[in-house]
Amino acid sequence: MSVKNLIIIGGGPAGLAAAKSAYDAGERDILILEREDKLGGILNQCIHNGFGLHTFKEELTGPEYAARYVDEVLKRGIEYKLGTTVLSIDKNRRVTCANEKDGLLVYDAKAIILACGCRERPRGAINIAGCRAAGIFSAGTAQKLINIDGYMPGKEVVILGSGDIGLIMARRMTFQGAKVKAVVELMPYSSGLNRNIVQCLKDFDIPLLFSHTVVEIKGKGRVSSVVIAEVDKNLNPIKGTEQEIKCDTLLLSVGLLPENELSKMADVKLSPVTGGAVVDDDMMTETDGIFACGNVLHVHDLVDFVSEESEWAGARAAAYIKGEKTGGECVGIEATDGVRYVVPQFAHREGEGTLKLKMRVGNVFRNVRLCVNCDGEDVYSKKCMIVTPGEMETITLNEKQTRALKNCKKAVVCLKAVEK
Amino acid sequence: MKEMICICCPMGCRLTVDDSDINNVKVSGNTCPRGEKYGKEEVVCPKRMVTSVVRVRGGNVAMLSVKTKEAIEKSKIFDALATLKGVVVDAPVNIGDTVVSDVLGTGVDFIATKNVAAK
Amino acid sequence: MKKVLIIGAGVVGCSVARELSRYDVQITVVEKANDVACGTSKANSGVVHGGFDAKPHSYKAWFNVRGNEMFDKLSKELDFPFKRNGAYVLCFDESKWGDLKKLYDQGVENGVKGIKVVTGDEVRQREPYVSQEVKGALWCPSSGIVSPYEMTIAYAENAADNGVEFIFEKTVVSLKRNGSKMTAVFEDGDEIIADAIVNCAGLHSDELNNTVSDKKYNIVPRKGEYMLLDKTAGYLTSTTLFQLPTAMGKGILVVPSVHGNILLGPTAVDIEDKECKDTTYDGLAEAFDKARITMPSLTKKQVITQFTGLRAHADAGDFVVGWAGEEFPLYNLIGIESPGLTAAPALAVQAAEDVADYLALGFNDKFDPIRKGIPCFATMTEKERAEIIKKNPLYGRIVCRCEVVTEGEIVDSINRPVGAKDLDGVKRRTRAGMGRCQSGFCSERVMEIIARERGIDMTEVTKSGKGSEILVGRVE
Repeated sequence: MSVKNLIIIGGGPAGLAAAKSAYDAGERDILILEREDKLGGILNQCIHNGFGLHTFKEELTGPEYAARYVDEVLKRGIEYKLGTTVLSIDKNRRVTCANEKDGLLVYDAKAIILACGCRERPRGAINIAGCRAAGIFSAGTAQKLINIDGYMPGKEVVILGSGDIGLIMARRMTFQGAKVKAVVELMPYSSGLNRNIVQCLKDFDIPLLFSHTVVEIKGKGRVSSVVIAEVDKNLNPIKGTEQEIKCDTLLLSVGLLPENELSKMADVKLSPVTGGAVVDDDMMTETDGIFACGNVLHVHDLVDFVSEESEWAGARAAAYIKGEKTGGECVGIEATDGVRYVVPQFAHREGEGTLKLKMRVGNVFRNVRLCVNCDGEDVYSKKCMIVTPGEMETITLNEKQTRALKNCKKAVVCLKAVEK
Repeated sequence: MKEMICICCPMGCRLTVDDSDINNVKVSGNTCPRGEKYGKEEVVCPKRMVTSVVRVRGGNVAMLSVKTKEAIEKSKIFDALATLKGVVVDAPVNIGDTVVSDVLGTGVDFIATKNVAAK
Repeated sequence: MKKVLIIGAGVVGCSVARELSRYDVQITVVEKANDVACGTSKANSGVVHGGFDAKPHSYKAWFNVRGNEMFDKLSKELDFPFKRNGAYVLCFDESKWGDLKKLYDQGVENGVKGIKVVTGDEVRQREPYVSQEVKGALWCPSSGIVSPYEMTIAYAENAADNGVEFIFEKTVVSLKRNGSKMTAVFEDGDEIIADAIVNCAGLHSDELNNTVSDKKYNIVPRKGEYMLLDKTAGYLTSTTLFQLPTAMGKGILVVPSVHGNILLGPTAVDIEDKECKDTTYDGLAEAFDKARITMPSLTKKQVITQFTGLRAHADAGDFVVGWAGEEFPLYNLIGIESPGLTAAPALAVQAAEDVADYLALGFNDKFDPIRKGIPCFATMTEKERAEIIKKNPLYGRIVCRCEVVTEGEIVDSINRPVGAKDLDGVKRRTRAGMGRCQSGFCSERVMEIIARERGIDMTEVTKSGKGSEILVGRVE
């Protein structure tokens, strides 16, 4: 058993940014645990461009974005272990992990930052009937197979779900000579960016079918076709609207889930809405000394925001280790009226400064005001021509607004109609 | 006349672009000036960044990711991708290294987007 | 040396092979799939039945009760997961009280030990998530759960250790009488001559018998659809929950698996296609809706996968066990549907004794009844984990994060006797890919390991045998 001040679980964008900022806040005893053989996480397989506009004011590909943060970590000489899987953590911050070289390792940490990302929702979770043939992949698995391993998972493809990974993979497979026959989306809108709908589908005349779903997968051995159908308002398939599409591959891009298996072991309280931990404005969970940031906390739309959030978490974890923990009671921040969730869920009454709130809405809304309401008064209000579930909204409260929130009895983030 | 969705923000305005006079392109349906600029570019000379992978020899990974250093004409995407066929790069490779130079005479190179150490 | 051919490598074929390997005889098992437990044996409820359900004096009743009694010793010898968790048969309607009593009497007559009728409240005291509508139940403490494919694999490995030969991906299409012997004819024209053939061909056992016997059988594939819930739903029940049986079978179950998941199902629909493993929209809905009668708080949120199993239902309704005729050595095990899994150990002993008798076989003095399974990292203590990584560093590399399966286990599963050949084979032996992400993260790593260990190209790796290749080519 060894002792560490700060253990960061995950060497992807969240873990790297947290490590960098914890170091810069003066913490030197840091260990990053990464299960893959490379730092950088999922960015290594996201070879497309579009990353970094907020952080670096230039457009980078995933591997380039990752490399920038890897360089920062290497430059600071922060310790990391690759090929190392964390097997358990507990609420006393004991971390047990394993790798080939060191065998089983046990650490007692003063603070832990959970930065283990998210995973894709599998087929089983969406209850598609039919065969269990080869040729059904999550979009991320297909992405890894092509971009990291150099193998093609299929030639004729249907994609279920129009999230960004699904859209990106439509173009990626087209680039490699596959024929993408359709992207099928259950909802009447896409959770992906417009830019991806245009540049990944429209550029290549790939049809995008809203309010449709896959109701059956056919094939012996390998997928030979899928049956799609239109869905009604309750998202149930409408009998008689079925059509069969010949294909050898079905890619699923049906949502991401924060990976909180470790959090549960440490009794970290989770939010049923985000699937991630409930945190305060220090990004600390309700389990003392355990912090969370990035996609393990809530699924972000842009990696830039993951980095930003994680740098904050890293700095706060470093302060916590030094004993500069924000104490005292918290005020809860609720999400209502169209706002599905807000992170953090709590803010300390103590302390000064600004406060960043991140949220997602539950539907597409036009001409609304996004408001932070404290005890009945809007301390913040932003007019939005459109808000969509696919985009994370960020609100930065200035010092005065933050103080108002910290001092109120009840804080609420909500949408309001714009008065005509 | 061309119909398109503006990609500048989540609004996704449906633009109608009148390109009957290519020197005087008219955009309608946009909500803001960014939409007008986008609509014009899309009919005059639409450009895209192209990203893909090539094989790498002697490295600690099998594939090297690459991108065009700048956006190239949309119509040349597949021809540009064809220039990557069969390309094998020897490790080590650094981000920014040229993989294919002057793709299709555009003056734009395919460059590496990943650092690959030798095995 | 005398030669016995066993057709079919399901739980029946593999258990017969193992029991017969106690004797001095050359044994070959042929299987049309590329692995053991690829048919009914891999997709069923995994329940070791108490034996109250079968008609008294039937083969089903006899072998069920005998089979059940063998599981404690057997699971230790062969190192497969088995648990006596007990079962309730739930009665929702006081007017059906008579049916419950009948079931109780039947159980007593069949020799089932420890059964009793209890009240609804007694049920809910043990299983608080059971419906308030439950008025009473039959309690059967000897009922158990087992991993059916792991049990089959264990039997097969022990059989192989004791000299049994396994041939995969070869389909027997007909049988011929050959003097005092039998000939099996394969699809590719090959033939195997044996002193006796044991027909364990499951859904196709009727067809094989009918090519050579005067007495004909007919098997109807009875389709059952299931939903599997994540281990996080494991708290819902620790005992097996039946509903009062109907004419089509034992109804929809809510049953824990030995690994802590919860299984809902099966539906029961007679179909024609013996190879149809598809789930249907309606079937899954039925499984779920009926399971909710037992447990109203079930939600689909915890579903991680769905599957279909086919039961080999023989027209006659009972197991067919024994020699097909007096003048030719074909031993039939036909119509081994539920409680076939429970009965298999007892059926195997019976079949082996009958065949040994007939061929006047001596004992195999080298027979070793013990088989050790793959060391399971997930269930080890910290000390055991540290030790095994020291011995084999591949145990320090976790491949399947949901089920905590290491590369060491995967490599072992491929290289042991009757080893895994593809993704599904590795999954059934190690649980890699069985968890909540359903192989999203690990399939690609497992494919690499399979390719490396078997010396094949990545593009040749399959999900479950020929025609199920996962990749279509290389990126060039």
